[in-house]
Amino acid sequence: MSETAIVEKATRFLSALRHCQVLGMQVHAGNAQGLTLCLPYSQQIVGNPETGVIHGGAITTLMDTTCGISTVCVLPEFEICPTLDLRIDYMHPAEPLKDVFGFAECYRVTENVIFTRGYAYQDDPQQPIAHVVGTFMRMGKNARAGAPVTRDIQGGGA
Amino acid sequence: MTALDLNQQVRDAHERNDYDGLIALIPYARLLGVECLRMGEDMVFRLPANKDLIGNPTLPAIHGGVIAGFMEQAGLLHLLMFMGIPHMPKIIDFSIDYLRAGHYRDTYAQCQVWRQGRRVANVAITAWQSRQSEPIATARAHFKVDKP
Repeated sequence: MSETAIVEKATRFLSALRHCQVLGMQVHAGNAQGLTLCLPYSQQIVGNPETGVIHGGAITTLMDTTCGISTVCVLPEFEICPTLDLRIDYMHPAEPLKDVFGFAECYRVTENVIFTRGYAYQDDPQQPIAHVVGTFMRMGKNARAGAPVTRDIQGGGA
Repeated sequence: MTALDLNQQVRDAHERNDYDGLIALIPYARLLGVECLRMGEDMVFRLPANKDLIGNPTLPAIHGGVIAGFMEQAGLLHLLMFMGIPHMPKIIDFSIDYLRAGHYRDTYAQCQVWRQGRRVANVAITAWQSRQSEPIATARAHFKVDKP
């Protein structure tokens, strides 16, 4: 799949997720190696009003979404993949007023499960604010509950 | 510098035994709509159903990240309320297992502090919707609780 196709698919996927729209999340980059989303800084996601530091929950939402959508980088067709588990380790707090980027890659794909890992960063991907691992369940491309949104994300034809 | 003294607010909340004002000061808790309900000696946290929290549009289901954020906030408030920590704990790590879909309805959470040391606390958080015995997610977190 081309880089443009991956970014387009990820963008359609993200636009279907209401809460991610509320947070203003956007696709930053994507290719076969992984996906990067952007969580813009805003007052509504602040966890500590004294320092302006973003709440861990907003970072978790960014990373759950990034890991989940990174499955489009490796799957030939869109599949609904619910999160089985997710773990976040905080290296240091996010700096206030700066956007946060989330990168994720699928490092192992089996018949039933997809293993993803990634990190959140602000200026420098080499200095992540958090490391993440997440495991996702494959429901198959014909999973009933996912049918309408699957059509939307595939672009109507599938 | 901001005029807001969060640690003072935490101490005031302890004194009044009323944490609504403290929750109202945390923008992310307001965005989610986190509430706390006192049940005798226990505290149950509530996340009222809200369209803006939906992740999966087809089920529809609450975004997994929102459930995690709600549980992290519950753990943090629980530590403040029951351990008498005079300042905001800081998250060190957070791990969540999703057990069932979090449907578009009210979600509840309850916490258990398994260990509180001088510097670090270990908190387990359980979230449910219809029945407490059928959790939609379990999580555990470490918070740094010593002086910032």
